[in-house]
Amino acid sequence: MTAAVDLNARLAEILERIPYARYLGVRAELAGDEMTAILPFSQHLIGNPTLPAIHGGVIGAFMEMTAVAQLSVSQVSASTGLVRQPRTIDVTIEYLRSGRPQATFARATIKRAGRRIANVQVEAWQDTRSAPIAALHGHFLIAPRDEA
Amino acid sequence: MTRPVDMMRQLAPQVLLASPHAAAIGMEVVSIDPAEAVLKVRFRPDLVGDPDTGVIAGGVVTALLDHTCGQSVMAALERYQAIATLDLRIDYMRPAGPGLDILCRAHCYKLTRSVAFVRAQAYDLDPADPVATAQAAFMLDANSGMNTAQSAMQAQGLGPAVTP
Repeated sequence: MTAAVDLNARLAEILERIPYARYLGVRAELAGDEMTAILPFSQHLIGNPTLPAIHGGVIGAFMEMTAVAQLSVSQVSASTGLVRQPRTIDVTIEYLRSGRPQATFARATIKRAGRRIANVQVEAWQDTRSAPIAALHGHFLIAPRDEA
Repeated sequence: MTRPVDMMRQLAPQVLLASPHAAAIGMEVVSIDPAEAVLKVRFRPDLVGDPDTGVIAGGVVTALLDHTCGQSVMAALERYQAIATLDLRIDYMRPAGPGLDILCRAHCYKLTRSVAFVRAQAYDLDPADPVATAQAAFMLDANSGMNTAQSAMQAQGLGPAVTP
């Protein structure tokens, strides 16, 4: 019970601390240990005004942030005592559909978390989760407390 | 006929303002050449990713790489076509220096009838010491409309790849 409260507070704190997350307007909600990141639509996120479509870079950044936030709240970070933000090593972003001017959601799955490296997959969607607009696969450096 | 690259050179500032997000994070054109674009994002406190280090967010670098890659494709085309990013692979070499502007150079090194291939480097001070490198593929002649990449891919007979 208290753990869940702590995680929610920790998640809010993590996102609040990242200026660029505030700039994009990224929020997140936890259901148990499952996190959904939310990117409410805003005019300054548009990349192509004639479609209109959300900027691909914004969608990439949002999914990367989702991965970082999920790593930060996961049991992995609790057990390794993560004190520093995970650092992105590489990401591969696939664009599947254009991002329409509406809210976008994303969920991250930690495929494997080793002592130093985590392998994470993220999917972003709008109306239908089974019709994702983009996917991200990335590696992140998670430094244990004694190396931070 | 005016090539997109000539138009882009003349209209450089407006081209970026036409993309609200590019304008919002303060992207600037440094140079446009055939099949090559150099863009820049000036350091701003609200674009920081890790407050402990004061370095521009990886996401800003992602947006800059994506946008610069797209611009280099435009600068490689003989006529204007709508384009859509298919995929973007980014390797983060090192954190950017605290408080520094980020530049990005993208080169569209291959155009086929349907796809453009691009390499790009993002750096703060020295292009030879990049912050991040990227490899991207773009769909050409992407139909305008809702599912841009999807409909373009379906037109190429690649429908199942996006609707498994």
